[in-house]
Amino acid sequence: MNLLYEMFPMALGIATPIIITALGGLFSERSGVVNIALEGIMLVGAFVGATVSVLTADALGALTPWVSILAGMVAGCLYSWIHAYASIALKADQTISGTALNMLSTGLTIYLCQLIFKGQRTPTFTENFTRISIPVLKDIPVIGKLFFSDLYPTFYIALFLVLVTWFVVFKTKFGLHLRSCGEYPQASASMGIKVEKMRYIGVLTSGALGGLSGGIMVLTTNIQFSVLAIHGVGFIAMACLIFGKWKPFGCLAAGVFFGFSQTLSKYSGFIPGLKSLPSEFFYCIPYILTIIALILFARKSVGPKASGEIYDSGKR
Amino acid sequence: MNSKKDTLLISLLAVFIGILLGVVILIASGHSPMILFNALLRGTFGINLTMGTGLNLRYLGEFIVFSMPIILTGLSVGFAYRTGLFNIGAEGQVMVGGMASVVVAIMVPLPGVLHVIACVAAGALAGALWGFIPGLLKSKFNVHEVVVCIMLNYTGMYFSNWVVRALPGSTESKTAMIPASASLNSDFLSGLTGNSRLNWGILIVIASVLLYWFIIEKTSFGYSLRATGFNKEGARYAGLKVDRNIITSMMISGAFAGLAGTIVALGVFNQGRTLAAFENYGFDGIAVGLVGACNAIGIVLAGLLFGMLKVAQPIMQIAGVPKQIGEIISSSIVLFVAMQYGIKIIIGRIAKRRLEKKEGSVSQ
Repeated sequence: MNLLYEMFPMALGIATPIIITALGGLFSERSGVVNIALEGIMLVGAFVGATVSVLTADALGALTPWVSILAGMVAGCLYSWIHAYASIALKADQTISGTALNMLSTGLTIYLCQLIFKGQRTPTFTENFTRISIPVLKDIPVIGKLFFSDLYPTFYIALFLVLVTWFVVFKTKFGLHLRSCGEYPQASASMGIKVEKMRYIGVLTSGALGGLSGGIMVLTTNIQFSVLAIHGVGFIAMACLIFGKWKPFGCLAAGVFFGFSQTLSKYSGFIPGLKSLPSEFFYCIPYILTIIALILFARKSVGPKASGEIYDSGKR
Repeated sequence: MNSKKDTLLISLLAVFIGILLGVVILIASGHSPMILFNALLRGTFGINLTMGTGLNLRYLGEFIVFSMPIILTGLSVGFAYRTGLFNIGAEGQVMVGGMASVVVAIMVPLPGVLHVIACVAAGALAGALWGFIPGLLKSKFNVHEVVVCIMLNYTGMYFSNWVVRALPGSTESKTAMIPASASLNSDFLSGLTGNSRLNWGILIVIASVLLYWFIIEKTSFGYSLRATGFNKEGARYAGLKVDRNIITSMMISGAFAGLAGTIVALGVFNQGRTLAAFENYGFDGIAVGLVGACNAIGIVLAGLLFGMLKVAQPIMQIAGVPKQIGEIISSSIVLFVAMQYGIKIIIGRIAKRRLEKKEGSVSQ
């Protein structure tokens, strides 16, 4: 049980950026645009977050990480605008545009990093997120130790965003319009919904969430920014979105589960029965399970139907 | 219809805008754009304009070594794209290909040239197998190949790392050196190019390019693949075996990528390595395949172009320019190629407006 108490905060820490980015992907895909660029958007958010953190730490003190993740959010939103413009206005292939943005992100961030800091990495952060325990709640037996002690405050941001996403996408008129654009855009257009505008909102929201999550990731799990700051979490988030069936609470559950599988790779040596498995096995779990999930979902229509399709107003 | 001419124009335009963007960024960050052109020339041929040194064959050899794997991954991406599939999984296929060739090199002792042939075959086969999975899932369950490929990239990396570490004589980060009989090293080619790392892998690349051209342009199988890519439902209606085409195309595509991993493992490093992150051969292949318009000659030229950008990078870094400018240029070229539909529309609009103006002035 002690082992579980030790693993939980770590798993939730890893899960936080996965969940937030997956929510970003949800907005984008629900509006009908596949966003493969999430990985690159996170990297840009992480770079800008880290840079702001290093440059403003003296002036802002303990507020620094919060300002930094907001800066990352703005940067991610701006960066995703390229994807939105290319894939919506210029009708580019969404997969290729996303791939290009992923490639561009490593070049761009490290180039700027060398201009600003004269090196491939930023200096180490002085102001970081610190783990907190929620008073009173942490004393609840079992649950208190699992969910309310030794956690980064950013995990609660993720929880909050899950609730907001659920409400906005599934309980409001705006959300209904957004989802209709990802299912049958031509029908939405005939109802007077501006498909292109909704898709812009979807992609830019995904950029903002991806940037935010990149900032959070670098400021919680790292001591500085480098090109390996994100190392594939953007793609795990895509897997999380699919495994969570394109639903906010699904993303939450899948994200926590994937966080656990990563944590297990570090703790498997202490758990009888898992000792003999190589750590690579646990790293693979999210990807293999997602492929299996895709096969199981294949016959049912789980995801947004028009996601990835270029919107052609003349198509029937 | 002059779509072939259009595609060529788009590619050239994209390359031009990409390099222009690089020049603008260099000027904006206070560097002379001449550094870029000098580095391209020096990295490719060894010619140094500022120092006045002439052609150096060693640079030429290294430039070819850098271009070889991305030409192969370019063929991989291009082949799938011709069938209407987007093989973003070349990255994973490269890694399992390299791993499989090293496994055969170390575990299966064979006499003479048989050994290296078996290693190369194993690499191609492993890549084909890694391509078979998304192909099968696409044709049987209609699961989008892009997502499966992305998942298989990471699975491939972790799986290869695990196998590489488990081989006898391996350390945490690499295997033992492979026996000479399994190596693609060539004293002849190396000697020809001033002791560069140029190796027999070049024969594999040339054979692959010819095979690609032959299958796509000259066989009825290639024709049915292209028909599938052009209009899947139409091809099905015409009686073509669309499902089988998808699987075969992904397997051939995977085999090209597997060969890229093989020539890197057997020709350049002569051992297997564990990787902490992707080396981007597969993603570069996307750039090469698309800029080369999925055409055999186009892919070779695009591969050489991106190879030039690669070898120019360290030279720029020494000259005080962050080498990532090369990545910025190559990725923006891909972005512009992706925008081609929009660019075509814009060009069309401008042409139309001009025509209207002309007509307007005539009628007045």
